[in-house]
Amino acid sequence: MEDEKKGTRLSRRSFLKGIGGGAIGTAVISTGLVKSDSAEGYSPETSGAGGNRATITLKVNGKAYRVEVEHRSTLAEVLRDELGLTGTKIGCDRGECGACTVIINGHNMYACSQLAVWMQGKDILTVEGLAKGDKLDPLQEAFIEHDGPQCGFCTSGQIMSGKALLMKNPKPDEAQARRGLSGNLCRCGNYNREVAAVLAAAAKSS
Amino acid sequence: MKSFENIDVKSVREAVSLLQKFHQQKKSAAVVGGGSEYLQLMKDHVVEPDYLINLKSIPGLDYIKEERGGFRIGALAKLVEIEEHPAVREKLLILSSAAGEAASPQIRNAGTIAGNLCQRPFCWYFRSSNFTCLRKGGQVCYTVTGDGRFHAILGAGPSYIVHPSDTAPALVALGAQIKIAGPTGEKMIPLEKFFVLPSVDYKRENILNPAEIVTEIFVPTPKAGSKGFYHKVRERLAWDHAIVAVATIVESSGSVVRAARVVMGGVAPIPWRAAKAEEFLRGKRIDEATAKQAGEIALEGAKPLKDNVYKVKMAQDLIQRGLLASA
Ligand SMILES: Cc1cc2nc3c(=O)[nH]c(=O)nc-3n(C[C@H](O)[C@H](O)[C@H](O)COP(=O)(O)OP(=O)(O)OC[C@H]3O[C@@H](n4cnc5c(N)ncnc54)[C@H](O)[C@@H]3O)c2cc1C
Ligand code: FES
Ligand code: FES
Repeated sequence: MEDEKKGTRLSRRSFLKGIGGGAIGTAVISTGLVKSDSAEGYSPETSGAGGNRATITLKVNGKAYRVEVEHRSTLAEVLRDELGLTGTKIGCDRGECGACTVIINGHNMYACSQLAVWMQGKDILTVEGLAKGDKLDPLQEAFIEHDGPQCGFCTSGQIMSGKALLMKNPKPDEAQARRGLSGNLCRCGNYNREVAAVLAAAAKSS
Repeated sequence: MKSFENIDVKSVREAVSLLQKFHQQKKSAAVVGGGSEYLQLMKDHVVEPDYLINLKSIPGLDYIKEERGGFRIGALAKLVEIEEHPAVREKLLILSSAAGEAASPQIRNAGTIAGNLCQRPFCWYFRSSNFTCLRKGGQVCYTVTGDGRFHAILGAGPSYIVHPSDTAPALVALGAQIKIAGPTGEKMIPLEKFFVLPSVDYKRENILNPAEIVTEIFVPTPKAGSKGFYHKVRERLAWDHAIVAVATIVESSGSVVRAARVVMGGVAPIPWRAAKAEEFLRGKRIDEATAKQAGEIALEGAKPLKDNVYKVKMAQDLIQRGLLASA
Protein backbone atom coordinates (compact mmCIF):
# COMPACT_ATOMS: atom_id res chain seq x y z
CA MET A 1 0.00 0.00 0.00
CA GLU A 2 2.94 2.30 0.72
CA ASP A 3 3.92 1.96 -2.92
CA GLU A 4 0.54 3.14 -4.09
CA LYS A 5 0.65 6.20 -1.91
CA LYS A 6 3.97 7.09 -3.47
CA GLY A 7 2.28 6.74 -6.83
CA THR A 8 3.94 3.57 -8.04
CA ARG A 9 1.58 1.77 -10.35
CA LEU A 10 0.84 -1.55 -8.87
CA SER A 11 -1.71 -3.54 -10.76
CA ARG A 12 -4.61 -4.73 -8.73
CA ARG A 13 -4.14 -8.21 -10.04
CA SER A 14 -0.48 -8.64 -9.16
CA PHE A 15 -1.13 -7.10 -5.78
CA LEU A 16 -3.81 -9.64 -4.93
CA LYS A 17 -1.78 -12.49 -6.37
CA GLY A 18 1.08 -11.32 -4.19
CA ILE A 19 -0.78 -11.46 -0.92
CA GLY A 20 -1.91 -14.95 -1.72
CA GLY A 21 -4.95 -17.10 -1.11
CA GLY A 22 -4.45 -17.51 2.62
CA ALA A 23 -4.68 -13.83 3.29
CA ILE A 24 -7.69 -13.43 1.04
CA GLY A 25 -9.40 -16.31 2.76
CA THR A 26 -10.73 -14.39 5.69
CA ALA A 27 -10.10 -10.86 4.64
CA VAL A 28 -12.53 -8.17 3.87
CA ILE A 29 -10.42 -6.49 1.27
CA SER A 30 -10.42 -2.77 1.07
CA THR A 31 -9.44 -1.42 -2.27
CA GLY A 32 -10.30 2.11 -1.37
CA LEU A 33 -6.74 3.23 -1.93
CA VAL A 34 -6.54 1.86 -5.41
CA LYS A 35 -7.60 4.00 -8.30
CA SER A 36 -9.22 1.68 -10.77
CA ASP A 37 -8.84 4.08 -13.69
CA SER A 38 -5.24 2.93 -13.89
CA ALA A 39 -6.44 -0.54 -14.73
CA GLU A 40 -6.69 -1.59 -18.33
CA GLY A 41 -10.13 -1.14 -19.85
CA TYR A 42 -11.02 1.97 -17.94
CA SER A 43 -10.73 5.31 -19.59
CA PRO A 44 -10.77 8.33 -17.33
CA GLU A 45 -13.84 9.89 -18.94
CA THR A 46 -15.72 10.36 -15.69
CA SER A 47 -18.31 12.97 -16.50
CA GLY A 48 -19.75 14.24 -13.26
CA ALA A 49 -17.89 14.74 -10.04
CA GLY A 50 -18.96 12.63 -7.08
CA GLY A 51 -21.96 10.42 -7.81
CA ASN A 52 -20.31 8.02 -10.20
CA ARG A 53 -18.27 5.96 -7.72
CA ALA A 54 -19.37 3.82 -4.83
CA THR A 55 -17.89 1.61 -2.16
CA ILE A 56 -19.75 -1.65 -2.11
CA THR A 57 -19.60 -5.05 -0.49
CA LEU A 58 -19.62 -8.04 -2.80
CA LYS A 59 -20.19 -11.55 -1.54
CA VAL A 60 -18.22 -13.82 -3.80
CA ASN A 61 -17.74 -17.52 -3.13
CA GLY A 62 -18.85 -16.98 0.45
CA LYS A 63 -16.39 -14.19 1.19
CA ALA A 64 -17.16 -10.53 1.61
CA TYR A 65 -15.10 -8.05 -0.36
CA ARG A 66 -15.21 -4.34 0.24
CA VAL A 67 -14.36 -2.56 -2.97
CA GLU A 68 -14.61 0.86 -4.52
CA VAL A 69 -16.02 0.79 -8.01
CA GLU A 70 -17.26 3.10 -10.69
CA HIS A 71 -20.99 2.81 -11.25
CA ARG A 72 -20.27 1.78 -14.82
CA SER A 73 -18.00 -1.11 -13.78
CA THR A 74 -19.44 -4.46 -14.69
CA LEU A 75 -19.34 -7.39 -12.31
CA ALA A 76 -16.97 -9.15 -14.71
CA GLU A 77 -14.53 -6.23 -14.64
CA VAL A 78 -14.60 -6.00 -10.86
CA LEU A 79 -14.17 -9.74 -10.36
CA ARG A 80 -11.16 -9.77 -12.64
CA ASP A 81 -9.51 -6.39 -12.19
CA GLU A 82 -10.30 -5.64 -8.57
CA LEU A 83 -10.66 -9.04 -6.90
CA GLY A 84 -8.17 -10.94 -9.03
CA LEU A 85 -10.73 -13.66 -9.76
CA THR A 86 -9.70 -14.14 -13.35
CA GLY A 87 -11.43 -17.48 -13.84
CA THR A 88 -14.36 -15.41 -15.09
CA LYS A 89 -13.45 -14.44 -18.65
CA ILE A 90 -14.51 -11.54 -20.82
CA GLY A 91 -15.04 -12.51 -24.44
CA CYS A 92 -17.58 -10.38 -26.27
CA ASP A 93 -18.50 -8.08 -23.36
CA ARG A 94 -21.97 -7.92 -24.97
CA GLY A 95 -24.03 -10.76 -23.47
CA GLU A 96 -23.40 -13.03 -26.42
CA CYS A 97 -20.63 -15.52 -25.68
CA GLY A 98 -21.06 -16.68 -22.08
CA ALA A 99 -17.36 -16.62 -21.14
CA CYS A 100 -18.26 -14.35 -18.21
CA THR A 101 -20.98 -16.63 -16.80
CA VAL A 102 -21.29 -16.64 -13.01
CA ILE A 103 -24.04 -17.82 -10.71
CA ILE A 104 -25.97 -15.09 -8.94
CA ASN A 105 -28.42 -16.20 -6.24
CA GLY A 106 -28.54 -19.62 -7.87
CA HIS A 107 -29.03 -18.45 -11.47
CA ASN A 108 -26.43 -18.29 -14.20
CA MET A 109 -26.03 -14.82 -15.65
CA TYR A 110 -23.56 -12.87 -17.73
CA ALA A 111 -21.24 -10.95 -15.41
CA CYS A 112 -20.44 -8.58 -18.30
CA SER A 113 -24.08 -7.52 -18.32
CA GLN A 114 -24.52 -6.75 -14.62
CA LEU A 115 -23.21 -3.65 -12.97
CA ALA A 116 -21.20 -4.38 -9.85
CA VAL A 117 -23.26 -1.80 -7.93
CA TRP A 118 -26.35 -3.93 -8.52
CA MET A 119 -24.75 -6.91 -6.82
CA GLN A 120 -24.81 -5.87 -3.18
CA GLY A 121 -26.51 -8.45 -0.99
CA LYS A 122 -26.35 -11.13 -3.67
CA ASP A 123 -24.54 -14.45 -3.47
CA ILE A 124 -22.09 -14.63 -6.32
CA LEU A 125 -20.46 -17.92 -7.24
CA THR A 126 -17.56 -17.99 -9.68
CA VAL A 127 -15.56 -20.90 -11.01
CA GLU A 128 -13.01 -20.30 -8.23
CA GLY A 129 -15.70 -21.13 -5.68
CA LEU A 130 -16.54 -24.60 -6.94
CA ALA A 131 -13.71 -26.68 -5.53
CA LYS A 132 -13.74 -27.61 -1.85
CA GLY A 133 -10.13 -27.08 -0.89
CA ASP A 134 -8.12 -29.36 -3.17
CA LYS A 135 -11.16 -31.37 -4.15
CA LEU A 136 -12.59 -30.32 -7.49
CA ASP A 137 -16.32 -30.14 -8.01
CA PRO A 138 -17.62 -33.32 -9.71
CA LEU A 139 -18.53 -31.19 -12.72
CA GLN A 140 -14.96 -29.88 -12.99
CA GLU A 141 -13.71 -33.45 -12.79
CA ALA A 142 -16.15 -34.49 -15.50
CA PHE A 143 -14.90 -31.65 -17.72
CA ILE A 144 -11.36 -33.01 -17.32
CA GLU A 145 -12.39 -36.62 -17.95
CA HIS A 146 -14.41 -35.74 -21.02
CA ASP A 147 -11.92 -33.28 -22.50
CA GLY A 148 -14.38 -30.43 -22.02
CA PRO A 149 -11.74 -27.77 -22.62
CA GLN A 150 -9.93 -27.44 -25.91
CA CYS A 151 -8.41 -23.97 -25.85
CA GLY A 152 -10.20 -23.55 -22.52
CA PHE A 153 -11.34 -19.97 -22.92
CA CYS A 154 -15.04 -20.76 -22.71
CA THR A 155 -14.63 -23.51 -20.13
CA SER A 156 -15.24 -21.66 -16.89
CA GLY A 157 -18.41 -20.18 -18.36
CA GLN A 158 -19.55 -23.58 -19.62
CA ILE A 159 -18.93 -25.06 -16.18
CA MET A 160 -20.89 -22.31 -14.45
CA SER A 161 -23.85 -22.81 -16.78
CA GLY A 162 -23.62 -26.56 -16.28
CA LYS A 163 -23.44 -26.05 -12.53
CA ALA A 164 -26.49 -23.76 -12.51
CA LEU A 165 -28.40 -26.33 -14.51
CA LEU A 166 -27.46 -29.17 -12.14
CA MET A 167 -28.40 -27.05 -9.13
CA LYS A 168 -31.87 -26.62 -10.60
CA ASN A 169 -32.23 -29.98 -12.29
CA PRO A 170 -29.81 -32.63 -10.97
CA LYS A 171 -30.75 -35.18 -13.65
CA PRO A 172 -31.07 -33.36 -16.96
CA ASP A 173 -31.53 -35.30 -20.18
CA GLU A 174 -29.36 -34.49 -23.14
CA ALA A 175 -31.77 -31.93 -24.61
CA GLN A 176 -31.98 -30.14 -21.27
CA ALA A 177 -28.20 -30.14 -20.94
CA ARG A 178 -27.82 -28.67 -24.44
CA ARG A 179 -30.38 -26.01 -23.63
CA GLY A 180 -28.68 -25.30 -20.31
CA LEU A 181 -25.40 -24.62 -22.12
CA SER A 182 -27.00 -22.79 -25.05
CA GLY A 183 -25.94 -19.37 -23.80
CA ASN A 184 -22.27 -20.33 -23.95
CA LEU A 185 -20.40 -20.26 -27.22
CA CYS A 186 -17.35 -22.44 -27.79
CA ARG A 187 -15.12 -21.22 -30.58
CA CYS A 188 -13.41 -24.58 -30.62
CA GLY A 189 -16.78 -26.21 -31.30
CA ASN A 190 -16.35 -28.66 -28.46
CA TYR A 191 -20.05 -28.70 -27.61
CA ASN A 192 -20.59 -32.46 -27.61
CA ARG A 193 -17.90 -32.98 -24.99
CA GLU A 194 -19.13 -30.13 -22.83
CA VAL A 195 -22.62 -31.63 -22.88
CA ALA A 196 -21.19 -35.10 -22.19
CA ALA A 197 -19.34 -33.73 -19.16
CA VAL A 198 -22.53 -32.25 -17.70
CA LEU A 199 -24.40 -35.51 -18.25
CA ALA A 200 -21.56 -37.51 -16.72
CA ALA A 201 -21.48 -35.30 -13.63
CA ALA A 202 -25.23 -35.72 -13.30
CA ALA A 203 -24.97 -39.49 -13.62
CA LYS A 204 -22.28 -39.62 -10.93
CA SER A 205 -24.26 -37.69 -8.36
CA SER A 206 -26.57 -39.83 -6.34
CA MET B 1 -19.15 2.98 -21.50
CA LYS B 2 -19.32 6.64 -20.71
CA SER B 3 -19.46 7.28 -17.00
CA PHE B 4 -22.91 7.69 -15.45
CA GLU B 5 -24.61 7.64 -12.11
CA ASN B 6 -26.67 4.60 -11.17
CA ILE B 7 -29.67 5.38 -9.00
CA ASP B 8 -31.47 2.56 -7.19
CA VAL B 9 -35.06 3.71 -6.87
CA LYS B 10 -37.47 2.35 -4.29
CA SER B 11 -40.80 3.05 -6.01
CA VAL B 12 -42.41 3.65 -9.37
CA ARG B 13 -43.25 7.15 -8.23
CA GLU B 14 -39.60 7.88 -7.45
CA ALA B 15 -38.54 6.59 -10.86
CA VAL B 16 -41.11 8.75 -12.63
CA SER B 17 -40.28 11.90 -10.70
CA LEU B 18 -36.56 11.45 -11.32
CA LEU B 19 -37.18 10.94 -15.02
CA GLN B 20 -39.29 14.06 -15.06
CA LYS B 21 -36.70 16.08 -13.17
CA PHE B 22 -33.84 15.03 -15.43
CA HIS B 23 -35.95 15.67 -18.51
CA GLN B 24 -36.74 19.19 -17.31
CA GLN B 25 -33.05 19.74 -16.58
CA LYS B 26 -32.23 18.49 -20.10
CA LYS B 27 -30.10 15.70 -18.66
CA SER B 28 -30.21 12.29 -20.25
CA ALA B 29 -31.60 9.48 -18.14
CA ALA B 30 -32.86 5.98 -18.79
CA VAL B 31 -34.45 3.20 -16.80
CA VAL B 32 -33.20 -0.37 -16.70
CA GLY B 33 -34.70 -3.62 -15.58
CA GLY B 34 -32.31 -6.52 -16.08
CA GLY B 35 -29.95 -4.36 -18.11
CA SER B 36 -29.31 -7.27 -20.48
CA GLU B 37 -30.12 -5.15 -23.52
CA TYR B 38 -29.47 -1.59 -22.44
CA LEU B 39 -25.93 -2.10 -21.14
CA GLN B 40 -24.89 -3.40 -24.56
CA LEU B 41 -26.15 -0.22 -26.22
CA MET B 42 -24.27 1.85 -23.67
CA LYS B 43 -21.06 -0.06 -24.29
CA ASP B 44 -21.44 0.60 -28.00
CA HIS B 45 -22.02 4.33 -27.29
CA VAL B 46 -25.39 4.22 -29.04
CA VAL B 47 -26.94 5.66 -25.89
CA GLU B 48 -24.97 7.56 -23.26
CA PRO B 49 -27.22 8.52 -20.36
CA ASP B 50 -25.91 10.61 -17.48
CA TYR B 51 -28.25 8.78 -15.12
CA LEU B 52 -29.28 5.16 -15.09
CA ILE B 53 -32.37 4.52 -13.02
CA ASN B 54 -32.31 0.98 -11.71
CA LEU B 55 -35.85 -0.33 -11.32
CA LYS B 56 -34.80 -3.69 -9.84
CA SER B 57 -34.55 -2.07 -6.44
CA ILE B 58 -38.33 -1.47 -6.41
CA PRO B 59 -39.67 -4.14 -4.07
CA GLY B 60 -42.48 -6.40 -5.23
CA LEU B 61 -42.68 -5.35 -8.87
CA ASP B 62 -41.84 -8.84 -10.11
CA TYR B 63 -45.17 -10.52 -9.37
CA ILE B 64 -47.08 -12.95 -11.55
CA LYS B 65 -50.62 -13.16 -10.19
CA GLU B 66 -53.51 -15.10 -11.52
CA GLU B 67 -56.80 -13.34 -10.95
CA ARG B 68 -60.28 -13.75 -12.27
CA GLY B 69 -60.14 -13.16 -15.98
CA GLY B 70 -56.41 -13.10 -16.40
CA PHE B 71 -52.85 -12.65 -15.23
CA ARG B 72 -51.16 -9.56 -13.85
CA ILE B 73 -47.46 -9.57 -14.50
CA GLY B 74 -45.25 -6.98 -12.83
CA ALA B 75 -42.76 -5.12 -15.01
CA LEU B 76 -39.81 -6.76 -13.26
CA ALA B 77 -40.96 -10.37 -13.69
CA LYS B 78 -38.09 -12.21 -15.35
CA LEU B 79 -38.47 -14.14 -18.59
CA VAL B 80 -37.48 -17.36 -16.83
CA GLU B 81 -40.18 -16.83 -14.21
CA ILE B 82 -42.81 -16.32 -16.89
CA GLU B 83 -41.62 -19.35 -18.82
CA GLU B 84 -41.67 -21.64 -15.79
CA HIS B 85 -44.75 -20.37 -13.96
CA PRO B 86 -47.07 -23.41 -13.81
CA ALA B 87 -50.33 -21.53 -14.36
CA VAL B 88 -48.83 -19.43 -17.17
CA ARG B 89 -47.62 -22.61 -18.80
CA GLU B 90 -51.04 -24.17 -18.46
CA LYS B 91 -53.21 -21.26 -19.53
CA LEU B 92 -50.94 -18.95 -21.54
CA LEU B 93 -48.79 -21.52 -23.26
CA ILE B 94 -47.76 -19.25 -26.11
CA LEU B 95 -46.46 -16.65 -23.66
CA SER B 96 -44.53 -19.27 -21.72
CA SER B 97 -43.01 -20.63 -24.94
CA ALA B 98 -42.20 -17.19 -26.32
CA ALA B 99 -40.43 -16.25 -23.07
CA GLY B 100 -38.55 -19.55 -23.17
CA GLU B 101 -37.51 -19.02 -26.80
CA ALA B 102 -36.05 -15.58 -26.10
CA ALA B 103 -32.30 -15.13 -25.94
CA SER B 104 -30.21 -17.45 -23.72
CA PRO B 105 -30.64 -18.95 -20.23
CA GLN B 106 -28.37 -16.24 -18.80
CA ILE B 107 -30.45 -13.47 -20.35
CA ARG B 108 -33.76 -15.07 -19.40
CA ASN B 109 -32.47 -15.23 -15.81
CA ALA B 110 -31.77 -11.49 -15.86
CA GLY B 111 -34.14 -9.99 -18.43
CA THR B 112 -37.51 -8.61 -17.42
CA ILE B 113 -40.81 -8.59 -19.29
CA ALA B 114 -40.89 -4.78 -19.48
CA GLY B 115 -37.32 -4.75 -20.79
CA ASN B 116 -38.26 -7.37 -23.33
CA LEU B 117 -41.10 -5.24 -24.67
CA CYS B 118 -39.08 -2.00 -24.60
CA GLN B 119 -35.79 -3.33 -26.01
CA ARG B 120 -34.30 -1.32 -28.83
CA PRO B 121 -33.81 -2.83 -32.29
CA PHE B 122 -31.08 -5.38 -32.88
CA CYS B 123 -30.36 -4.02 -36.36
CA TRP B 124 -26.60 -4.17 -36.93
CA TYR B 125 -26.49 -0.65 -38.34
CA PHE B 126 -28.39 0.74 -35.37
CA ARG B 127 -26.11 -1.06 -32.91
CA SER B 128 -22.84 -0.21 -34.61
CA SER B 129 -21.06 2.95 -33.58
CA ASN B 130 -19.73 3.11 -37.17
CA PHE B 131 -23.11 4.02 -38.64
CA THR B 132 -25.19 7.06 -37.88
CA CYS B 133 -28.36 5.61 -39.26
CA LEU B 134 -31.75 7.25 -39.63
CA ARG B 135 -32.93 5.99 -36.25
CA LYS B 136 -29.92 7.59 -34.59
CA GLY B 137 -30.43 10.96 -36.23
CA GLY B 138 -28.68 10.26 -39.55
CA GLN B 139 -30.00 10.53 -43.08
CA VAL B 140 -30.41 6.96 -44.29
CA CYS B 141 -31.55 3.53 -43.26
CA TYR B 142 -28.59 1.52 -44.47
CA THR B 143 -30.58 -1.67 -44.91
CA VAL B 144 -31.95 -0.44 -48.22
CA THR B 145 -28.64 -0.39 -50.04
CA GLY B 146 -26.66 -2.38 -47.48
CA ASP B 147 -27.38 -5.77 -45.96
CA GLY B 148 -31.01 -6.12 -44.93
CA ARG B 149 -31.33 -9.85 -44.81
CA PHE B 150 -32.89 -9.88 -41.34
CA HIS B 151 -34.97 -6.74 -41.75
CA ALA B 152 -38.59 -5.82 -42.30
CA ILE B 153 -40.90 -6.85 -45.11
CA LEU B 154 -44.13 -5.35 -43.78
CA GLY B 155 -45.08 -1.94 -42.41
CA ALA B 156 -41.58 -0.53 -42.82
CA GLY B 157 -40.06 2.60 -44.30
CA PRO B 158 -38.33 4.91 -43.89
CA SER B 159 -36.65 2.61 -41.32
CA TYR B 160 -36.59 -1.15 -41.80
CA ILE B 161 -35.95 -2.47 -38.31
CA VAL B 162 -37.89 -5.45 -37.05
CA HIS B 163 -39.26 -5.49 -33.55
CA PRO B 164 -36.92 -7.82 -31.67
CA SER B 165 -39.18 -9.02 -28.85
CA ASP B 166 -40.33 -12.62 -28.67
CA THR B 167 -42.95 -12.00 -26.02
CA ALA B 168 -44.58 -9.09 -27.89
CA PRO B 169 -46.23 -11.11 -30.71
CA ALA B 170 -47.47 -13.68 -28.18
CA LEU B 171 -48.85 -10.98 -25.89
CA VAL B 172 -50.52 -9.09 -28.74
CA ALA B 173 -52.11 -12.37 -29.89
CA LEU B 174 -53.38 -12.89 -26.36
CA GLY B 175 -54.92 -9.41 -26.33
CA ALA B 176 -52.67 -8.19 -23.50
CA GLN B 177 -52.78 -4.71 -22.02
CA ILE B 178 -49.89 -2.67 -20.74
CA LYS B 179 -49.90 -0.34 -17.76
CA ILE B 180 -47.88 2.85 -18.01
CA ALA B 181 -47.03 5.15 -15.11
CA GLY B 182 -46.20 8.79 -15.70
CA PRO B 183 -46.26 12.16 -13.96
CA THR B 184 -50.05 12.36 -14.23
CA GLY B 185 -50.74 8.85 -12.98
CA GLU B 186 -51.29 5.46 -14.52
CA LYS B 187 -53.02 4.30 -17.65
CA MET B 188 -53.75 0.91 -19.11
CA ILE B 189 -53.78 0.54 -22.89
CA PRO B 190 -53.96 -2.39 -25.31
CA LEU B 191 -50.41 -3.59 -25.94
CA GLU B 192 -51.14 -3.43 -29.65
CA LYS B 193 -51.36 0.35 -29.37
CA PHE B 194 -48.04 0.59 -27.52
CA PHE B 195 -45.79 0.16 -30.55
CA VAL B 196 -45.00 2.91 -33.06
CA LEU B 197 -44.41 2.49 -36.79
CA PRO B 198 -41.45 4.29 -38.36
CA SER B 199 -43.84 6.11 -40.70
CA VAL B 200 -45.24 7.77 -37.56
CA ASP B 201 -41.90 8.34 -35.82
CA TYR B 202 -38.76 6.55 -36.93
CA LYS B 203 -36.79 7.45 -33.82
CA ARG B 204 -38.88 5.50 -31.36
CA GLU B 205 -40.38 2.03 -31.12
CA ASN B 206 -43.12 2.74 -28.59
CA ILE B 207 -45.29 5.53 -27.24
CA LEU B 208 -43.49 6.03 -23.92
CA ASN B 209 -42.77 9.66 -23.12
CA PRO B 210 -39.53 10.60 -21.36
CA ALA B 211 -41.03 10.41 -17.87
CA GLU B 212 -43.12 7.27 -18.37
CA ILE B 213 -42.36 3.69 -17.48
CA VAL B 214 -44.09 0.35 -17.88
CA THR B 215 -45.34 -1.11 -14.61
CA GLU B 216 -47.52 -4.07 -15.49
CA ILE B 217 -48.83 -6.35 -18.22
CA PHE B 218 -52.34 -7.74 -17.99
CA VAL B 219 -53.04 -10.87 -19.99
CA PRO B 220 -56.64 -12.07 -20.28
CA THR B 221 -56.99 -15.84 -20.02
CA PRO B 222 -58.03 -17.16 -23.45
CA LYS B 223 -61.54 -18.54 -23.75
CA ALA B 224 -62.08 -22.24 -23.24
CA GLY B 225 -61.63 -24.05 -26.53
CA SER B 226 -58.70 -21.85 -27.59
CA LYS B 227 -55.42 -23.25 -28.68
CA GLY B 228 -52.28 -21.32 -29.40
CA PHE B 229 -48.79 -21.81 -30.72
CA TYR B 230 -45.61 -19.79 -30.89
CA HIS B 231 -43.21 -20.73 -33.64
CA LYS B 232 -39.84 -19.08 -34.03
CA VAL B 233 -37.34 -19.55 -36.82
CA ARG B 234 -33.77 -18.45 -36.25
CA GLU B 235 -30.45 -18.99 -37.88
CA ARG B 236 -29.19 -21.44 -35.29
CA LEU B 237 -30.66 -23.43 -32.43
CA ALA B 238 -28.90 -21.62 -29.62
CA TRP B 239 -29.82 -18.04 -28.76
CA ASP B 240 -30.78 -15.79 -31.62
CA HIS B 241 -33.47 -13.29 -32.42
CA ALA B 242 -36.34 -14.45 -34.60
CA ILE B 243 -35.91 -14.29 -38.34
CA VAL B 244 -39.63 -14.86 -38.43
CA ALA B 245 -41.87 -15.78 -35.52
CA VAL B 246 -45.59 -16.42 -35.56
CA ALA B 247 -48.04 -16.46 -32.68
CA THR B 248 -51.40 -18.01 -33.49
CA ILE B 249 -54.45 -18.45 -31.30
CA VAL B 250 -57.56 -20.18 -32.60
CA GLU B 251 -60.80 -20.27 -30.67
CA SER B 252 -63.10 -22.88 -32.14
CA SER B 253 -66.48 -24.33 -31.46
CA GLY B 254 -66.57 -27.82 -32.84
CA SER B 255 -64.26 -27.60 -35.82
CA VAL B 256 -65.35 -24.12 -36.83
CA VAL B 257 -63.20 -21.10 -36.06
CA ARG B 258 -64.99 -18.51 -33.93
CA ALA B 259 -62.01 -16.18 -33.71
CA ALA B 260 -58.37 -16.34 -34.67
CA ARG B 261 -55.33 -14.24 -33.91
CA VAL B 262 -52.27 -14.26 -36.13
CA VAL B 263 -49.36 -12.06 -35.05
CA MET B 264 -45.88 -12.07 -36.57
CA GLY B 265 -42.53 -11.15 -35.10
CA GLY B 266 -39.35 -10.51 -37.07
CA VAL B 267 -41.14 -9.18 -40.14
CA ALA B 268 -42.14 -5.62 -39.24
CA PRO B 269 -41.04 -2.74 -37.00
CA ILE B 270 -43.86 -3.65 -34.62
CA PRO B 271 -45.48 -6.99 -33.76
CA TRP B 272 -47.51 -7.41 -36.93
CA ARG B 273 -51.11 -8.45 -36.62
CA ALA B 274 -52.51 -10.07 -39.75
CA ALA B 275 -56.04 -8.71 -39.33
CA LYS B 276 -57.24 -9.70 -42.80
CA ALA B 277 -56.14 -13.28 -42.31
CA GLU B 278 -57.87 -13.35 -38.94
CA GLU B 279 -61.07 -12.09 -40.60
CA PHE B 280 -60.77 -14.65 -43.38
CA LEU B 281 -60.49 -17.52 -40.88
CA ARG B 282 -63.67 -16.69 -38.99
CA GLY B 283 -66.34 -19.34 -39.54
CA LYS B 284 -64.00 -21.60 -41.51
CA ARG B 285 -62.70 -25.06 -40.82
CA ILE B 286 -58.92 -25.09 -40.67
CA ASP B 287 -57.35 -27.50 -43.12
CA GLU B 288 -54.21 -27.39 -45.27
CA ALA B 289 -55.89 -25.20 -47.87
CA THR B 290 -57.44 -22.59 -45.56
CA ALA B 291 -54.27 -22.41 -43.49
CA LYS B 292 -52.21 -21.84 -46.63
CA GLN B 293 -54.62 -19.22 -47.89
CA ALA B 294 -54.55 -17.43 -44.53
CA GLY B 295 -50.76 -17.28 -44.80
CA GLU B 296 -50.99 -15.77 -48.29
CA ILE B 297 -53.52 -13.17 -47.16
CA ALA B 298 -51.33 -12.29 -44.16
CA LEU B 299 -48.39 -11.49 -46.42
CA GLU B 300 -50.35 -9.50 -49.01
CA GLY B 301 -48.69 -6.15 -49.38
CA ALA B 302 -45.29 -7.40 -48.21
CA LYS B 303 -42.46 -5.28 -49.65
CA PRO B 304 -39.24 -7.17 -49.11
CA LEU B 305 -35.84 -5.56 -49.51
CA LYS B 306 -33.37 -7.06 -51.96
CA ASP B 307 -31.92 -9.39 -49.31
CA ASN B 308 -34.97 -10.66 -47.45
CA VAL B 309 -37.41 -11.93 -50.07
CA TYR B 310 -37.16 -15.35 -48.40
CA LYS B 311 -39.04 -14.05 -45.37
CA VAL B 312 -42.34 -13.88 -47.28
CA LYS B 313 -42.54 -17.61 -47.93
CA MET B 314 -41.09 -18.38 -44.51
CA ALA B 315 -43.81 -16.35 -42.79
CA GLN B 316 -46.54 -17.92 -44.93
CA ASP B 317 -45.33 -21.40 -44.08
CA LEU B 318 -45.07 -20.64 -40.37
CA ILE B 319 -48.60 -19.25 -40.29
CA GLN B 320 -49.86 -22.34 -42.04
CA ARG B 321 -48.04 -24.55 -39.56
CA GLY B 322 -49.23 -22.53 -36.58
CA LEU B 323 -52.84 -22.62 -37.70
CA LEU B 324 -52.78 -26.35 -38.35
CA ALA B 325 -51.28 -26.89 -34.91
CA SER B 326 -53.86 -24.62 -33.28
CA ALA B 327 -56.90 -26.13 -35.01
C1 LIG C 1 -27.22 -11.57 -27.24
C2 LIG C 1 -28.65 -11.19 -27.01
C3 LIG C 1 -29.67 -11.96 -27.55
C4 LIG C 1 -30.99 -11.63 -27.33
N1 LIG C 1 -31.94 -12.41 -27.90
C5 LIG C 1 -33.25 -12.10 -27.71
C6 LIG C 1 -34.27 -12.91 -28.30
O1 LIG C 1 -34.02 -13.90 -28.97
N2 LIG C 1 -35.56 -12.54 -28.09
C7 LIG C 1 -35.90 -11.46 -27.35
O2 LIG C 1 -37.09 -11.20 -27.20
N3 LIG C 1 -34.95 -10.67 -26.81
C8 LIG C 1 -33.65 -10.98 -26.95
N4 LIG C 1 -32.67 -10.18 -26.37
C9 LIG C 1 -33.08 -8.91 -25.76
C10 LIG C 1 -33.26 -8.68 -24.28
O3 LIG C 1 -32.04 -8.50 -23.63
C11 LIG C 1 -34.07 -9.58 -23.44
O4 LIG C 1 -35.09 -10.23 -24.10
C12 LIG C 1 -34.58 -8.99 -22.09
O5 LIG C 1 -35.89 -9.38 -21.81
C13 LIG C 1 -34.49 -7.51 -21.87
O6 LIG C 1 -34.90 -7.26 -20.53
P1 LIG C 1 -34.04 -6.42 -19.50
O7 LIG C 1 -34.87 -6.28 -18.29
O8 LIG C 1 -32.70 -6.98 -19.33
O9 LIG C 1 -33.97 -5.07 -20.32
P2 LIG C 1 -33.07 -3.79 -20.06
O10 LIG C 1 -31.79 -3.97 -20.74
O11 LIG C 1 -33.08 -3.43 -18.63
O12 LIG C 1 -33.95 -2.70 -20.82
C14 LIG C 1 -34.25 -2.81 -22.20
C15 LIG C 1 -34.96 -1.53 -22.65
O13 LIG C 1 -36.21 -1.41 -22.02
C16 LIG C 1 -36.29 -0.24 -21.26
N5 LIG C 1 -37.02 -0.59 -20.04
C17 LIG C 1 -36.72 -1.59 -19.16
N6 LIG C 1 -37.67 -1.68 -18.20
C18 LIG C 1 -38.57 -0.70 -18.47
C19 LIG C 1 -39.78 -0.27 -17.84
N7 LIG C 1 -40.27 -0.86 -16.75
N8 LIG C 1 -40.44 0.77 -18.40
C20 LIG C 1 -39.97 1.37 -19.50
N9 LIG C 1 -38.85 1.01 -20.15
C21 LIG C 1 -38.16 -0.01 -19.64
C22 LIG C 1 -34.87 0.22 -21.04
O14 LIG C 1 -34.80 1.61 -20.88
C23 LIG C 1 -34.22 -0.25 -22.31
O15 LIG C 1 -34.45 0.66 -23.35
C24 LIG C 1 -31.32 -10.50 -26.56
C25 LIG C 1 -30.32 -9.73 -26.00
C26 LIG C 1 -28.98 -10.05 -26.23
C27 LIG C 1 -27.93 -9.20 -25.63
S1 FES D 1 -18.26 -11.61 -22.11
FE1 FES D 1 -20.19 -11.69 -21.19
S2 FES D 1 -21.31 -12.85 -22.61
FE2 FES D 1 -19.42 -12.57 -23.66
S1 FES E 1 -12.69 -24.73 -25.65
FE1 FES E 1 -12.01 -23.14 -26.94
S2 FES E 1 -13.70 -21.82 -26.96
FE2 FES E 1 -14.48 -23.54 -26.00
